[in-house]
Amino acid sequence: MRSPPSPELTSAAVPVISERDHAHGDGADAIVYLDLACPACAAMWPELRALPLRLCVRHFPMASKRSRSPVLHAAAEAAALQRPGAFWDMVDSIYADQGHQDDPHLWARAEALRLDLRRFEADRRSMVVAARLRADFMAGIRAGVTGTPSAFAAGKLLQGELIPGLASALAL
Amino acid sequence: MIEPGTKAPEFTLPNHRGEAVRLTDFAGRKLLLCFYPNDFSPVCSDQLSIYQEVLAEIRAEGVELVGISTDGTWSHNAFRKQLGLEMPLLSDFHPKGEVSRAYGAYLEDWGTPNRSLVLIDEDGIVRWVHASPTPLEIPGANLIFDALTAVA
Repeated sequence: MRSPPSPELTSAAVPVISERDHAHGDGADAIVYLDLACPACAAMWPELRALPLRLCVRHFPMASKRSRSPVLHAAAEAAALQRPGAFWDMVDSIYADQGHQDDPHLWARAEALRLDLRRFEADRRSMVVAARLRADFMAGIRAGVTGTPSAFAAGKLLQGELIPGLASALAL
Repeated sequence: MIEPGTKAPEFTLPNHRGEAVRLTDFAGRKLLLCFYPNDFSPVCSDQLSIYQEVLAEIRAEGVELVGISTDGTWSHNAFRKQLGLEMPLLSDFHPKGEVSRAYGAYLEDWGTPNRSLVLIDEDGIVRWVHASPTPLEIPGANLIFDALTAVA
């Protein structure tokens, strides 16, 4: 057979939480891979936010299943470039209302968060943001993520019903 | 499940457009057969979506990925459109499951293929297989890249 694939594609442990991640809260570490257009993710988001965790959110847009996912993730990442807290505000906003995902709805969300709209528009279409989304996605692939929502907690990959899964894995 | 090192069973199946596709069409190329239970089911949709997201990387390794289930060609056609899938989907519809059985990838109880991957080399020899413990478990795309590394 030909030369082996580049090592960036084979199995690897999930990356530990670093400064480049979106992470906040106090408590045990939980790394979640989410899709911002995933109904199951939206349904559990309020409960997940309320858990006593250091919650790290990574991008896992499944574009072929939900065509607006990459756009929503790029919007959240663009918000973060203006103000770190705006990442969480944008994710909250998108999950609270899954029915409005078109560009004008994203502009309205950005304005409500008092973001600079011109910069938001440039950033969400930038190569930097696209590369960030892909890096998160591929790290998830290498760690064995096959759908959303997924989480890593206490060294385990949890998929499906995350709230009871996290409560059990972390004895919350 | 078919064993690595054995010759891959020949097949002729219609694809999502009703065109006949043969194993021998892939001679000289690596072929990854992805047997899956059902078009449109939630787990199968996740699995093929994930593979679609890394299809460029799989093809960059000289591997053609092909999905196989017992659904009909019209179902395959609609399923591909719904998910924007670019890999061919083959229909093991009639006689039902015959090719899946030949690869040891058929679940008699379910009446569908099990979720299974079969990597066939340029000479038509099976080099790697993976059968999910249950059809509800998706083999991650990382396992495909691990296999390509291991058999290179």
